[in-house]
Amino acid sequence: MTIAQTDEAQASRRTTPKGAGFDRAFEYLCFSAATMLLAALGGVMVSLIVGGWPAFAKFGVSFFTSSTWDPVEGVFGVAGPIVGTVVTSVLALAIAVPIAFGVAFFLVEFCPAPLRRPIGTAVELLAGVPSIVYGMWGLFVFAPVFAKYVQLPAMTAAPPGSVWEKLTQGIPNGTGIMAASIILAVMVLPFIAATLRDLLNTVPAQVRESAYGLGATTGEVVMKVTLPYVRRGAIGAVMLGLGRALGETMAVTFIIGNSHGFPKSLFDSGSTIASTIANEFAEASPGLHTASLVAAGLVLFIITFAVLTLARLMLGRPRSI
Amino acid sequence: MTTTIATENPEISVAEIDKAKVKLDVQGLDFYYGKSHSLKAVSIPFANKAVTALIGPSGCGKSTLLRTLNRMYALYPGQRATGKILLDGEDILRPGVDLSMLRARIGMVFQKPTPFPMSIFDNVAFGVKLYESLSKSEMAERVEESLRRAALWDEVKDKLNAPGLGLSGGQQQRLCVARGIAVKPEILLLDEPTSALDPISSAKLEETVIQLKADYTIVIVTHNLGQAARVSDYTGFMYLGELVEFGETATMFTRPATRRASDYITGRFG
Amino acid sequence: MAVSAARVMSRRLANGAFTAFCVLVTLLALAFLAAILTTLIQKGVAGLSVDTFTMNTPAAGSRGGLLNAIIGSVLLCLYAMAIALVLGILAGTWLAEYAGDSRYGSVVRFINDVLLSAPSILIGLFVWQIMVANLLHHFSGYAGSVALALIAVPVIARTTEDVLRLQPTSLRESGVALGTPFWTVIRSILWKSASAGILTGGLLAFARISGETAPLLFTALNNQFLSLDMSKEMANLPVLMFNFALSAYDDLQRLAWAAALIVSGSVLGVTVIARLVSREQKQG
Repeated sequence: MTIAQTDEAQASRRTTPKGAGFDRAFEYLCFSAATMLLAALGGVMVSLIVGGWPAFAKFGVSFFTSSTWDPVEGVFGVAGPIVGTVVTSVLALAIAVPIAFGVAFFLVEFCPAPLRRPIGTAVELLAGVPSIVYGMWGLFVFAPVFAKYVQLPAMTAAPPGSVWEKLTQGIPNGTGIMAASIILAVMVLPFIAATLRDLLNTVPAQVRESAYGLGATTGEVVMKVTLPYVRRGAIGAVMLGLGRALGETMAVTFIIGNSHGFPKSLFDSGSTIASTIANEFAEASPGLHTASLVAAGLVLFIITFAVLTLARLMLGRPRSI
Repeated sequence: MTTTIATENPEISVAEIDKAKVKLDVQGLDFYYGKSHSLKAVSIPFANKAVTALIGPSGCGKSTLLRTLNRMYALYPGQRATGKILLDGEDILRPGVDLSMLRARIGMVFQKPTPFPMSIFDNVAFGVKLYESLSKSEMAERVEESLRRAALWDEVKDKLNAPGLGLSGGQQQRLCVARGIAVKPEILLLDEPTSALDPISSAKLEETVIQLKADYTIVIVTHNLGQAARVSDYTGFMYLGELVEFGETATMFTRPATRRASDYITGRFG
Repeated sequence: MAVSAARVMSRRLANGAFTAFCVLVTLLALAFLAAILTTLIQKGVAGLSVDTFTMNTPAAGSRGGLLNAIIGSVLLCLYAMAIALVLGILAGTWLAEYAGDSRYGSVVRFINDVLLSAPSILIGLFVWQIMVANLLHHFSGYAGSVALALIAVPVIARTTEDVLRLQPTSLRESGVALGTPFWTVIRSILWKSASAGILTGGLLAFARISGETAPLLFTALNNQFLSLDMSKEMANLPVLMFNFALSAYDDLQRLAWAAALIVSGSVLGVTVIARLVSREQKQG
């Protein structure tokens, strides 16, 4: 073994590592990038407030309570789109939640091992389809089917004067509140299903096994042991889905029918805040119309921010997508 | 060379060693993790070109002591050390010490092997490149020399461009040793370097350590008393943040001066 | 101890119903995916031809393709990803390596999570206000890219933070123990070690923005012609799909479906690649 030179002699030949002085600068660089995230969210809020101010100033409370949206006369009230946004999102969740939970249970408890990954990936792909494709599919493929096999039968079967009749009145062309809700449901269900699956996978094996050990059936284990175990997270996952549904734009814009005013029934056309902005913003005349659209955006921002905040508080830190 | 304080079963017994032989001298070191006081007035000398083992039950502070020696703790806010650690007579705890240059003189190997995500060659060259600009052939020489000293050369000389993560656990750990000595430090700190290895790999690494002490001052933290007895010249026994006993390994393992060390060595606790 | 036979029976029935429900809804979800994919392929392939890739978008009734929109989309996404990768990786690195348990760190982390699911149309409104209404005074490719970047940054920041946190402490410490400056430890060791994960994040972000339509409607707008000038209005597939699908002309609708196939194909392809990369990393 050769020992080239004494290591003490080596010490004098060393120089301080290159770039040692950039340590601080690099930390500030990273810090600035992180701060940019904060600035982005703050910027969104401030720009919406500033841009929407003329509308709030002009219409006051009636901006939120009136359903008149008349670009020609220059009178704007956003109550119709607010109702449309909330109704479609809630209906969408009512449809999506049972399905998403069923899919998550299936993936965690029933699915044969070799199928687990392909089906899991398929669910993730469903989440990956761009929302505008959902919109096109909804309008061109789903709507005709929905009109023929759901709307028409439901309307003809409705007893005159009943609540049922009220709920189903409208033009059976396949678009409207209900159709939009269904498309939204298909869009959010993979998000909820994937988040819930990940949550259920975090339940310790001993917990499930001891329940099975008592002779519980799979259904009982899921409903009474594992689901309650992740209850908080599961609520968070649903809220996350709600956040997505509230802000979803393109899918809804294609199929909701785009009329302002309050929707009168499930099959009536309507609008959401996002669809209204998407439809009108690029062509809106500068001034009150633009300001009203931005102000509507602020309303959407506040609603989704509240929902997402709740979701995150419930979920802790979920998966990144 | 050593003189033991001659009392019957003393609480604490720290042998003195010839000042001229001391490479690294810890004097009255206290260490705090936030509010918890985890090293209490520790004074221990580390002899030049010898192996000193630090033993003691888990949580006794032996790893903490090791991590003050290259000021690794400085990475974490809330951890601080007071006292003196003299490296060739200069206090490394005083503010203004260039930590990079300090760590170039004091290498460290960790419990689990930590090859960097790059080739075997680049792993060894990584540290060298920080401090020196060597020509290609000089660098190749340095890498070979380091790998030879770490007793890894024969096993990897044909695959220097293969990723370091592809080696076996024992080889990875010797790669980490090679990476540490390539910088030509004066001191090597080994933090339970064999605890993640199988017995055969452990034996090989112990052999390497014994060969390395010809050139380096080595401090090794270990849970394995047999290992301490086999590789070290001096041993420090720590308990609850204090240095209870320090002396020549042969003496410590045959005639420990303190009750606590004797209980620990004979397996009565720990 | 008496076990009531009726009770056992009803529990069994309930479990059977539960199982059947789970299987059925999973089939339903898969049926949706199948239906959408079938439509995409049927209608999309019918709209594809050599013209699609060689000619610009036509006026109704004349020959044309998607060339300008494809190139525009690629440009918008490339610029957006360039911005987003730099900002996202740096921000994620700060969260993982420097933020610790600080209050500010948890605020940024929370804001990032909110941005992850914030409505993209609001991001578009924001960028419109800043860049279109105030800075440049017209629609532009740059505005579109910035909007897309703002959507991609949180995804990349989050994945970067997550994978950096997975790197063992001892890896950081062994870099530091050699005397390596910490920022060199991050760049040469940690980023390298986490590269597969960061790549996954980048791919997922790319998949996410390449189908985004809403924020482009009033930032990049659209352009009938082929343009490489990012400071002008820029054609792109999503906005083209929106305009053409809702037009009254069959030939434009066919082009919209072709565009939908191209966009969805690339998004789904990139998603699958991202999953493969992250699986590779987990096994490696």
